[in-house]
Amino acid sequence: MSAVTASRWERFRDSYLWYSFRRDKVAIVSLVVFVAMVAAAFLAPVLAPTDPYDLAQIDIMNSELPPAGLAGSDPAFPLGTDAQGRDLMSTILYGTRVSLLIGFGAVVLQSLLGILFGLLAGYLGGRVDAILMRIADVQLSFSTLMVAIIVGAIFKASFGNLMFGEIAIYLLILIIGIAEWPQIARTVRASVLAEKKKEYVDAAKVMGFGTPRIMFRHILPNTLSPIFVIATVQIANAIISEAALSFLGLGMPETQPSLGSLIKSGFDYIQSGSWWITLIPGLVLVVLVLVINLLGDWLRDVLNPRLYKG
Amino acid sequence: MLAFLVQRISQAILVMFVISVISFTIQDGLGDPLQELVGMSVSDEERDALREEMGLNDPMVTQYLRFAGNALQGDLGVSYFYGEPTMDVILRHLPATLELVIAASLMIIFLSVPIGVYAAIRPKAWLSKFFMGVSTVGISIPVFLTAIVLIQLFSIGVQVTVFPADTGWGQWLNEFFSTDGGMPSYGRGDDLAHLFGTWESNFFSQTGWAHILLPAVSLASIMLPLFIRLIRAEMMEVLQSDYIRFAQAKGIAPARINFLHALKNTMLPVITVGGVQIGIMVAYTILTETVFQWPGVGLMFLEAITRSDIPLIVAYLMVVGLIFVITNTLVDLIYGLVNPTVKLTGKKA
Repeated sequence: MSAVTASRWERFRDSYLWYSFRRDKVAIVSLVVFVAMVAAAFLAPVLAPTDPYDLAQIDIMNSELPPAGLAGSDPAFPLGTDAQGRDLMSTILYGTRVSLLIGFGAVVLQSLLGILFGLLAGYLGGRVDAILMRIADVQLSFSTLMVAIIVGAIFKASFGNLMFGEIAIYLLILIIGIAEWPQIARTVRASVLAEKKKEYVDAAKVMGFGTPRIMFRHILPNTLSPIFVIATVQIANAIISEAALSFLGLGMPETQPSLGSLIKSGFDYIQSGSWWITLIPGLVLVVLVLVINLLGDWLRDVLNPRLYKG
Repeated sequence: MLAFLVQRISQAILVMFVISVISFTIQDGLGDPLQELVGMSVSDEERDALREEMGLNDPMVTQYLRFAGNALQGDLGVSYFYGEPTMDVILRHLPATLELVIAASLMIIFLSVPIGVYAAIRPKAWLSKFFMGVSTVGISIPVFLTAIVLIQLFSIGVQVTVFPADTGWGQWLNEFFSTDGGMPSYGRGDDLAHLFGTWESNFFSQTGWAHILLPAVSLASIMLPLFIRLIRAEMMEVLQSDYIRFAQAKGIAPARINFLHALKNTMLPVITVGGVQIGIMVAYTILTETVFQWPGVGLMFLEAITRSDIPLIVAYLMVVGLIFVITNTLVDLIYGLVNPTVKLTGKKA
């Protein structure tokens, strides 16, 4: 068993992927920052100085304290506090965790939908293809954000505020997954169209394999690298969509805030001079999205240089 | 050409049909018009009678046909909150959004073309690299965050004191990084010019311009990086083509080649992508209008959601859907007209 892992490691070490990663400073820095942020977010219960959900640990007397280094700051709160006196660093750590959970969850869901519909449209062609791609076209022409806002509005109106708040994480994953599947479906369909003309597909057909087996066992593995590229970028898009929905009040409630709802609740206090409540979570959001986008750019250049444009 | 026209228009009608079915389902599934009309104080028998009279017991198809028929005549119901026809409410809020979109589009056009062309002509210049770097970062900043930063910088103002104030350069740096603020960050202002009908415009007074500047910049910021990248990529491709090299070999002045020969063919794909993107900008107006409390349709829609004003939500969906469908169809048709190489008939996606 250890021989297999060793050879795998060696194969990875000699691969073009690892070679180009080592030579790309931007990719290295992005990955380090991204891994650090993910680790910090998921270790939030351990790392955070206070638990922002525990009302006993909050003192309203500590509200709107500025970050360290500014006049009137308290060393116990390095990034300052929000209007309710919660430690901003703790809320940001927990908020990043919520944002990442929704981002990853939404991408898993849209990948499942996108791969299924993309494979069906590309391999079966004909009427299935026409209907699925027409739906995708219409959805994309409305922009994914618009679809997400509309679906979110419908969910909010039908569940009611309280119910919506309780299951908001699952609903947001569902909303963003529904809104963004066409991106992945189009990519999958394009590579399936190229793959299905190749000899190995004919060979599989001659051997009498069924359509589902050819689609999932033979064609799908050969379309994985463009899926990886687009899925990486889609994580960044999903996190932005979640933040936008939360900012509009169609996302995470303030009792269980994501980065977007932190920005929203801080925005009410910006006119009174407490800029840190809204701008520090905003900065964290931008850095998170930026490193994911940079990693996506790098992955695209490495995995399919032919698609590279601009 | 005629076949192309018919195909595109029938497709547009089909999409509008789907949007109307979705809107009808929302209206039917979420709102109870009777509840809104009579409240709690009416007996069950009266309720049933009213229900029958209003046609709420009719088959679904009959109800949908009535909904679609009314919609075709511009009647999309009465808003619960405003107590007047939803179309009137939307038409009253529409000019504010349109002016925002126009101002942002003008900024995008007059900034993205020169920057994109420059970055394509001199890809190695540090200024090009700077613009491309800024546009990569720009794509990663959500529009509402740009808006908040703009408010902090230009409306509230920033006083920087981190540099030592007792030295000359420290003083200078402090002043350099500080901003005064004072720009309005709320609403459209009260000095609006009245154009025809109910159209109030921000474009004819100084305070009007001051109020529209920050929202328009934030709205433009989301599309600007996209357009700069697109124009640069298309322009670089055109500059590689044979006819440009031929023009260069003939000794035509570089400025003439770049701006007359190359730019013309660059703008073709940019116009089509641009048309679609400007439709998409409507989605971002919801975010921008929320931050700046800009009284347009986006803010109206969001308020309708918080008030559960179902007729207004449905009317907004129908109107925005119509705007999307019309812009997309027009862009397709214009593309078919200006680019003779596009296959007009039997176009397979």
